[in-house]
Amino acid sequence: MAILEVQHIQKTFERTQVLKDISFSMEKGQTVSIIGSSGSGKTTLLRCLNFLERPDHGVIRVNGETLFDSADPAAGGEREIRRKRLHFGLVFQSFNLFPQYTALQNVMLAGQLLAQEAPDYKARKKELLLAIEQQARELLGQMGLSDRMENYPHQLSGGQCQRVAIARALALTPDILCFDEPTSALDPELTGEVLHVIRELADKETTMIIVTHEMAFARDVADHVIFMDDGTILEQGTPREVIENPKEERTRQFLARFHQETR
Amino acid sequence: MQLILEQFPIVIRSLNIGFLQTLKLFFVTLIGAFPLGLVIAFGSMSHFRPLRYFSRFLVWIIRGTPLMIQLLIFYYFPGLVLHTPIWGSGERGRFLAASISFILNYACYFSEIYRGGIQSIPVGQTEAGLVLGMTRRQIFFKIKLLQMVKRIVPPMSNEIITLVKDTSLSRIIALQEIIWAGQSFLKGSQGISGAIWPLFFTAVYYLIWNGLLTTLLGYLERRLDYFK
Repeated sequence: MAILEVQHIQKTFERTQVLKDISFSMEKGQTVSIIGSSGSGKTTLLRCLNFLERPDHGVIRVNGETLFDSADPAAGGEREIRRKRLHFGLVFQSFNLFPQYTALQNVMLAGQLLAQEAPDYKARKKELLLAIEQQARELLGQMGLSDRMENYPHQLSGGQCQRVAIARALALTPDILCFDEPTSALDPELTGEVLHVIRELADKETTMIIVTHEMAFARDVADHVIFMDDGTILEQGTPREVIENPKEERTRQFLARFHQETR
Repeated sequence: MQLILEQFPIVIRSLNIGFLQTLKLFFVTLIGAFPLGLVIAFGSMSHFRPLRYFSRFLVWIIRGTPLMIQLLIFYYFPGLVLHTPIWGSGERGRFLAASISFILNYACYFSEIYRGGIQSIPVGQTEAGLVLGMTRRQIFFKIKLLQMVKRIVPPMSNEIITLVKDTSLSRIIALQEIIWAGQSFLKGSQGISGAIWPLFFTAVYYLIWNGLLTTLLGYLERRLDYFK
């Protein structure tokens, strides 16, 4: 069964239709890359999955559970939406770390707040918080940041910030981790270290959706590539199909510069 | 010189009493204007249009007219025009009218500082909190509040220092603060008349008090320097 099914998603801002009937699905452990020019709707799609935008139309299902259905007006209040969005994690282009907290605190905060809602929180407080801290330290270690845990975001490089942000998203163990152009704010040197940890996550079969402009990376890491253009999915398939042998003229045009450089 | 030495203890005692009234007005204004400013700030950001327009209109009026005129209107209007003297007579009534004028005036200035502080926090902070399953409440208290405080400390310090000196405007309704006390020796009080130096000497009080405040607010600013 598909871990994620997206059906007929539409979204209009003001008078501009940003998403026109988007449908795709993915399997557990897969990495999907979404490529396409700026303004094609990639980011809006990720924001819809994370409930930062509400689609005008369509259905979103995770593990067979319907999280969103525009036909069902009882879409749920804030409480429901909070629970549902925890199926997804989101790593932002601009990191959005909390500046007043250390790297470690950034990773722990959401878990600590969620733990407070546990019915037996008072009795097991110590144990719960210890487990959260242990997990956060492990994640930061995985990201190669063992010696940076006590640093504040402004003391870290862009690449390090983004790795903290990835650890922060992983801490809530989402079913699907989304990346919104995770390296677009980084210089080429720092891009490498962030792509490296994402590649490691892919090797560990983390289910991921990655919006990226790094074509070589998309080709190497993704199991499935989606090319979006003007609010629609114009072409999708394996990296070999979409990036190496695009069928559509528009895809060829978009990839022309990439192929020129790699030739 | 001999004369000044003789006058000094008498003048200092009067100035101290006057300065106490100055300090009272200063603290009452802060205690009232901090929360009221926040209410007006939320009003001027409200999605409910009448409330937003009303808040912005109020801020426009209060910031657009001199505090001295506001003092005069608040103090004299109820009694002279409406024939209902609500302030009562004497120093108590004057202090009440001055407090209301100052609180309202400073609340409007503070509201704009708060609004700037709240709106300057990138929307990405809220979105990061939402995606991590936090409630709006948690996002405000755990993420945005401290960033907002850090941003508003410098402009707030400015307003607070200005307030110390603005309290002297209450002299216009004869509130017996330190300028009034200093001036009394010019007109004649406690056997001293025609002395201008007590009025000049009041500046020393303002300087010392503002020096203390500057140090305190600078310390607060440095305490929040650990993040950017």
